[in-house]
Amino acid sequence: MTVSRTQRQTKTRTTALACLGLVVGMTALAFAFVPLYDLFCKATGYDGTPLRGTAASGPASQDRMVVHFDTNVAPGLPWRFQPETPQIEAQLGATQTVFFRVTNTGTAPSTGIATFNLQPGLTGGYFVKVQCFCFNEQTLQPGETMDFPVVFYVEPGIKADSNTRDLTEMTLSYTYFASKNGQPQAALAAPTRTRPN
Amino acid sequence: MAQAVAAGHDHAHDHTPPFFQRWFNSTNHKDIGTLYLLFAFSAGIVGAFLSFGIRMEMEAPGLQYFSNPQTYNVFVTGHGLIMVFFMVMPALIGGFGNWFVPLMIGAPDMAFPRMNNISFWLTVAGFMSLVCSLFVEGAPGALGAGTGWTVYPPLSTAGHPGPAVDFAIFALHLSGAGSILGAINFITTILNMRAPGMTLHKMPLFAWSMLVTAFLLLLSLPVLAGAITMLLTDRNFGTTFFDPAGGGDPILYQHLFWFFGHPEVYIMILPAFGIVSHIISTFSRKPVFGYLAMAYAMVAIGVVGFVVWAHHMYTVGLTLQTQSYFVFATMVIAVPTGVKIFSWIATMWGGSIRFTAAMHWAVGFVFLFTVGGVTGVILANAAVDRYLHDTYYVVAHFHYVLSLGAVFIIFAGVYYWFPKMTGRIIPEWAGKLHFWLAFVGANVLFFPMHFLGLAGMPRRYADYPEAFAGWHWVATMGGHIFALGMVVFVIGVVLAFRSKERAADNPWGEGATTLEWTLSSPPPFHQYETLPVIVDEPSHAH
Repeated sequence: MTVSRTQRQTKTRTTALACLGLVVGMTALAFAFVPLYDLFCKATGYDGTPLRGTAASGPASQDRMVVHFDTNVAPGLPWRFQPETPQIEAQLGATQTVFFRVTNTGTAPSTGIATFNLQPGLTGGYFVKVQCFCFNEQTLQPGETMDFPVVFYVEPGIKADSNTRDLTEMTLSYTYFASKNGQPQAALAAPTRTRPN
Repeated sequence: MAQAVAAGHDHAHDHTPPFFQRWFNSTNHKDIGTLYLLFAFSAGIVGAFLSFGIRMEMEAPGLQYFSNPQTYNVFVTGHGLIMVFFMVMPALIGGFGNWFVPLMIGAPDMAFPRMNNISFWLTVAGFMSLVCSLFVEGAPGALGAGTGWTVYPPLSTAGHPGPAVDFAIFALHLSGAGSILGAINFITTILNMRAPGMTLHKMPLFAWSMLVTAFLLLLSLPVLAGAITMLLTDRNFGTTFFDPAGGGDPILYQHLFWFFGHPEVYIMILPAFGIVSHIISTFSRKPVFGYLAMAYAMVAIGVVGFVVWAHHMYTVGLTLQTQSYFVFATMVIAVPTGVKIFSWIATMWGGSIRFTAAMHWAVGFVFLFTVGGVTGVILANAAVDRYLHDTYYVVAHFHYVLSLGAVFIIFAGVYYWFPKMTGRIIPEWAGKLHFWLAFVGANVLFFPMHFLGLAGMPRRYADYPEAFAGWHWVATMGGHIFALGMVVFVIGVVLAFRSKERAADNPWGEGATTLEWTLSSPPPFHQYETLPVIVDEPSHAH
């Protein structure tokens, strides 16, 4: 055990730097987890994140599920927001279209963006949105009303998953927030515009 | 374990630096350890004061002392953060770790003495920041952060517009940076500065526990730092990591927090495991039973501790499979923990046991920690947890493992090492009286919380229905008994310093085999000028 002084110093420095590397690595991992988690949720429908997809493929199933619609507007956005119907009975695998009506009750133009979630969270992996106003921001003039469509289908696979097999209904929930970062932009969801008289 | 055959001959004429230099610019591991212990004691007083506020309020239904229940939540938050980050961690890691890791492995000091000093003062600065947070606005119209120690958004973002949460976050940043530097210091010291002949497999268990703890700190604290930094930017700079308005997810914070938070509970208890092994071995006059299994059980607890975090989050909507995994993984931890409990009992088995004050605390710890461990196994079941989540059952569980586990071992360590650290002797009767008051007090305080939790009493409420009044009153009485024990402790320490009696180099006799007992009491300012050499015991009888 005759380690020279410089040898010991080098060893000490190596250990300390390795530890420091570990700290830097773990910090980086914590931040990397943010996009990874987002990606993971979008890919798997984890935690009620609906999937995005193209039109339903494959045969529609005879099974049906009740889909409730829940709409909220966060404080700070003077909008009224309602679905055309509180719920529908959706045939599994069949593409559905539901309109949501949004009215700007304020006196100034305002921009909002909707976030969405499914409850129970486990159904997220089987709810596929083909088209949704929530993919983009919307700007409404004072008093303007728009109808936005949501096109979706429920994967028949929901009946094969032991976690979700026994569910008979789910809730699609939207909350409109005042847009935080983006510039006001024209809605891309091709909504049907109706001007109030 | 191994015996030291030749400890360094230390010079009696130590040159200690002048007061300010010694205590404020300290680079001596023993002085820094002392500073940490004093700091932990002071912070513990503040934390205990806050818990007293909680217990006084909960003694009866209705609002007695807090006109605003939010202030009650601030007390709960302050109590949790202070006890975790500024009492248990500084005492066990900064205090006993700094004092005894170099002594036990035969090192002259820590690897980076100046960095050690920075670690300590960063912790103090963190504490100051936390105290500041108590006196600035948090939630509208109330002072302080009432978020709980978990600081979950959106309560900690949208719910607390005032700067109190920012101060609390800075407190965690500062103390976290201090702990990370301290952990690097411990790892470097333990890996590179052991005395000649002391292989890792001959290293005392307390040093092992600190090595594992240091790795847990390195791997988990950066994740907390990242999570609370995101919280800070969400609060102040318009980012939306955890804000659904911008596509963030508050559940992500819970994952990040508990990825840190679960290893954190092992960070608090592993050093205690190390200390209790030495105390039981010393006062049974036997080497610890199953030394290698004891060391690797701690490693296993550390490793598995990183893959069980979501058992704190059973109610967020995990799939059944995910829940099953976390139930299983959590229960696996009971195996290495069981190895430790049974090895402590086996160490006592057939030993010539002396019930000193320190041994009282150690045996009390084994019993109480087992109770806390059993309720932990119950809570590990996702289905049961659905019912018990956020009730007083959980409060009872984690106080059994921390307040009665970690804290009991802090006192055990004080009674065990006080003669070594100060050269003075706390009267045995004081230590034993303190133990019995604390043991009875803590059980009366926390055991009824199991009943409250099973009956449905939720955590973090200042008021409750009449039905819960009886056990809450009992719990508060237990708190008073525990507090009385603290008075006895202070009297014991005062008596020790007033007495002319001096401790022998090894006051505990043949059972105390680790290197610190080969030094004088208190040890010289610089020890091991000649490094001790470790050789195997020829008989190797364990």
